[in-house]
Amino acid sequence: MVPLSWYMFLSMVVFAIGVFGFLSRRNIIIMFMSIELMLNAVNINLISLSHYLQDLRGQILAFFVIAVAAAEAAIGLAIVIALFRNKATAHVDEVKEMRG
Amino acid sequence: MIQELFFAYFAFAIVVLSILVITRRNPVHSVLWMLLLFFHIASLYLFLNAEFMAAIQIIVYAGGILVLFLFVVLLMNIREEVRINKFIGAWPTGFTFAAGLLVVIIMSIKSFIAAPPGIYSIDLIKQETHTKVLGKLLYTEFLYPFEVASLILLVAIIGAIVLAKRRLKP
Repeated sequence: MVPLSWYMFLSMVVFAIGVFGFLSRRNIIIMFMSIELMLNAVNINLISLSHYLQDLRGQILAFFVIAVAAAEAAIGLAIVIALFRNKATAHVDEVKEMRG
Repeated sequence: MIQELFFAYFAFAIVVLSILVITRRNPVHSVLWMLLLFFHIASLYLFLNAEFMAAIQIIVYAGGILVLFLFVVLLMNIREEVRINKFIGAWPTGFTFAAGLLVVIIMSIKSFIAAPPGIYSIDLIKQETHTKVLGKLLYTEFLYPFEVASLILLVAIIGAIVLAKRRLKP
């Protein structure tokens, strides 16, 4: 039997990789893919906890995370398309009208 | 022993594939590595006796979301993309933040105390089949969140259409 902490370690490492990708990539599409990576890490954690604690509520939560991820991908990619139409770029460091 | 070996392979593959996803210069390669990553995560769910979640992972992520990503990636100029620097100038800050976050969460795992086990033991799930148990729970105890999730998807559809459509000429 694989111990629970191994799954938690795996999920943490994948989450940290997703955080790094989100904070340091230039391409906005890869940033969205990093968000998907983080959500997947959370799902691994939830489903492993649900298996080891013998409670299905974790999997229900993972189900809702997947639904929200689908909605987020649709909205995010629509924003990317709107950005293409106005600026013809996908690089986050070239979009600085707001002086952030 | 064999379980640990399988887990070691899948954990190693998942970590390597996620690093490949965020470091490829060409976004199409990133999307294809991510497809492989999602299949590995789905097989990890099979280990955890969650067949329905594995199927959902492949159908929704690999079949739906990644195809959406691939459509948008093919809109952009890949020739320019492979020439330009792939990380922003402040990438060491991002790396430091991610590494610090990892260290903090790993330190917090020591104080994890497992709750008392619930009623859905592996035998019960095997006896009733996973999809049936999950469906019963989803349509009785979690009916209200389920309806809210459908509303979220409706809002996402309308929002995506409104954002992506061309402005009408006044």
